Amino acid sequence: MAVGDLKSNNYCDFIVDRDQERCIQCQVCVRQCPYGTNIYKEADNIVVSDFSLCTGCHRCEAMCPTGCITIRRNTSEFREHFNWKAADIKNVYKQAATGGVLLTGIGCDKDYPIYWDHILLDACQVTNPSIDPLREPMELRTFLGRKPDTLEFEEKAGKISLKTELAPQLVCEIPILFSAMSYGAVNLNFCEALARAAEASGTYYNTGEGGLHRTLFKYGKNTIVQVASGRFGVDKAYLDAGVAIEIKIGQGAKPGIGGHLPGEKVGKEVSLTRMIPIGTDALSPAPHHDIYSIEDLRQLIYALKEATDYTKPVSVKISAVHNAAAIASGIVRAGADIVAIDGVRGGTGAAPTMIRDNVGIPIELALAAVDQRLRDEGIRNQASIIAAGGFRNSSDIIKAIALGADAVYIGTPAMIAVGCTVCQKCYTGKCPWGITTNDPYLAKRLNPDIGTEQLTNLLKAWAREIKEFMGAMGINAIESIRGNRERLRGVNLSERELKILGIKHAGE
Amino acid sequence: MMKIDARGVYYRNLNKIIRDAVASGEKEFDLININGQRYIGDGLQGSDVKIDIHGVPGNDMAAFMDGPTLIVHSNAQDDVSNTMNAGKVVIHGHAGDVLGYGMRGGKLFVKDDVGFRVGIHMKGYMDKVPVMIIGGTAGNFFGEYMAGGVLVLLGINRKKDTPIAGDYLGTGMHGGVMYIRGEIDPYQCGAEVGIVDLNDDDRKMLSPLLKEYCDDIGFNYNEIMSEKFVKLYPKSSRPYGKLYAY
Repeated sequence: MAVGDLKSNNYCDFIVDRDQERCIQCQVCVRQCPYGTNIYKEADNIVVSDFSLCTGCHRCEAMCPTGCITIRRNTSEFREHFNWKAADIKNVYKQAATGGVLLTGIGCDKDYPIYWDHILLDACQVTNPSIDPLREPMELRTFLGRKPDTLEFEEKAGKISLKTELAPQLVCEIPILFSAMSYGAVNLNFCEALARAAEASGTYYNTGEGGLHRTLFKYGKNTIVQVASGRFGVDKAYLDAGVAIEIKIGQGAKPGIGGHLPGEKVGKEVSLTRMIPIGTDALSPAPHHDIYSIEDLRQLIYALKEATDYTKPVSVKISAVHNAAAIASGIVRAGADIVAIDGVRGGTGAAPTMIRDNVGIPIELALAAVDQRLRDEGIRNQASIIAAGGFRNSSDIIKAIALGADAVYIGTPAMIAVGCTVCQKCYTGKCPWGITTNDPYLAKRLNPDIGTEQLTNLLKAWAREIKEFMGAMGINAIESIRGNRERLRGVNLSERELKILGIKHAGE
Repeated sequence: MMKIDARGVYYRNLNKIIRDAVASGEKEFDLININGQRYIGDGLQGSDVKIDIHGVPGNDMAAFMDGPTLIVHSNAQDDVSNTMNAGKVVIHGHAGDVLGYGMRGGKLFVKDDVGFRVGIHMKGYMDKVPVMIIGGTAGNFFGEYMAGGVLVLLGINRKKDTPIAGDYLGTGMHGGVMYIRGEIDPYQCGAEVGIVDLNDDDRKMLSPLLKEYCDDIGFNYNEIMSEKFVKLYPKSSRPYGKLYAY
């Protein structure tokens, strides 16, 4: 504890409530907690807890063989004050003690409106029949990439074939891809589970900006490789390894700022994959210093296309910011085949708390604005849109597709699928669930075989639910709901919000 | 030797001709009448491939390049050797901004002056040590975020009172080394940069690189070595290690 640190055990966030009558002193909780919260006192043969160290991850509670542990919120409260919540007070204490920038993980946890919860879907009744997806074919297959303005055909010896040369496409069996999560921020077991689940489900995962571990090259046909400002691990073999390349301009959790993987996380394997020396900080500059304009972006897009002989679609990922629609228009005109937009609730392994919670806009509004803008300009066909940032379930996803997304990226749900409890301490590198840690002792808690199954199950379940929604709406192909805002209605939204979302109010 | 007259040839066609020829075994190219065609040598592989370029090539030459040698017998534009992995680029003239961004390996030799943001985030790793030698002067942000490799700035033929480098020299530097032939005022540098005289190890490293540079460019090695160099180094490999409240 630093000098002058006003944190005290009494100000802790959580209490480890241990029923001593059921505790058998097996010390599982001691071994499971990487923060040292649980302590065995040999002299008294008793396990006790330092509540101030508990992050509320619930690992000990989940693993306790006798179920004697309950993690509870500390009910001790400061005097209530509308402006000064406990978290605000504790943050000031923390910064007064350290002089440091507040860090956090996962996505924004402030109570900005979640528009998905104000949008309702339509269904068929009487006048047109709904479809039963269990017995009738339902098409979720989605093609991501540039579509031509027109199609030309030619006839040769009585056979009609396509004359127009099509741009390279990603073929997704379900319109859900795994978001960029870099090796280093998450460990290899999780990367492997993502890659294998993507392969099993006919979709794609994204390497993030940390390079591609040599053992993952074999999943190349389900891999999107990312090129970010730090250019870590980017060489010819890397660009050739995946089936698409994504230029990362921004991330929803930290728009406009760079990345910083601390040297502690750069061990041997991360060093090999990022191609930087062991123990050095991996600094990603805030901008790409070769991109200061749309023209510069075009230059990098085409440099990548030239370097890979125009065989792969190039995606450009931005944070959802105020002017996202105009920026997306520029990105499409710069030659991107896919535009990925990451909303304010998008996740992260580490971001300054103040940035995460206060910069960017919700994906619902950004997505609606971008789709509309590209339609108005007549260039919507030139690029696919991938929406990202805060999807919690299949209904959020089908609403996003109806608002104009071709597909979505999911990151946080993938982590939750393998055990994450959203404790937001990813940046410590001590993830008790073995996800955002490279400590071998902790990382082996995530078995890639089991992780693959959990992720595959999640995608399978969400795909089934999306088919149910489609069937209820009398639609048998996902293309028929894409951008079909007529099948959405808003509740409890202002005129302005409805206008931006491009939807009618319920009852209209 | 494949000779290509690039007059009026669209960059995409030109680069495809080169790529296809390399794929079918061609090793040497002579490009004439180059006039701003971009992306020459991008992602190209083969350490025995050599391309002579007559005329001014366009931006992003040798981006992601992985082995070949490019000789430019004139000036070059921006973003040369962007994220280059291996190979060599020799420019017998001036070059523009953002050279060697994120460069991880290989060599970039420029005879005359370069623009702004040159050598940003160069990085070294194991046997890969990117080397950039600039004969003239450099603009602001030279070697920003430098994480590895060697940057050399010679300031030859510089006008009196023209600074050899601009401001924000090595801002955020956390690896690698810069050798500068001339005086550097600490105010020009980022707070992360230290300035010292060369020691024997530095001379041992610099000497063969400069000999190679002089052989390629045509400068006199002894004349270059007759002036004093200073060395710029990162004071810490973790300049931002204590930024956060955990």
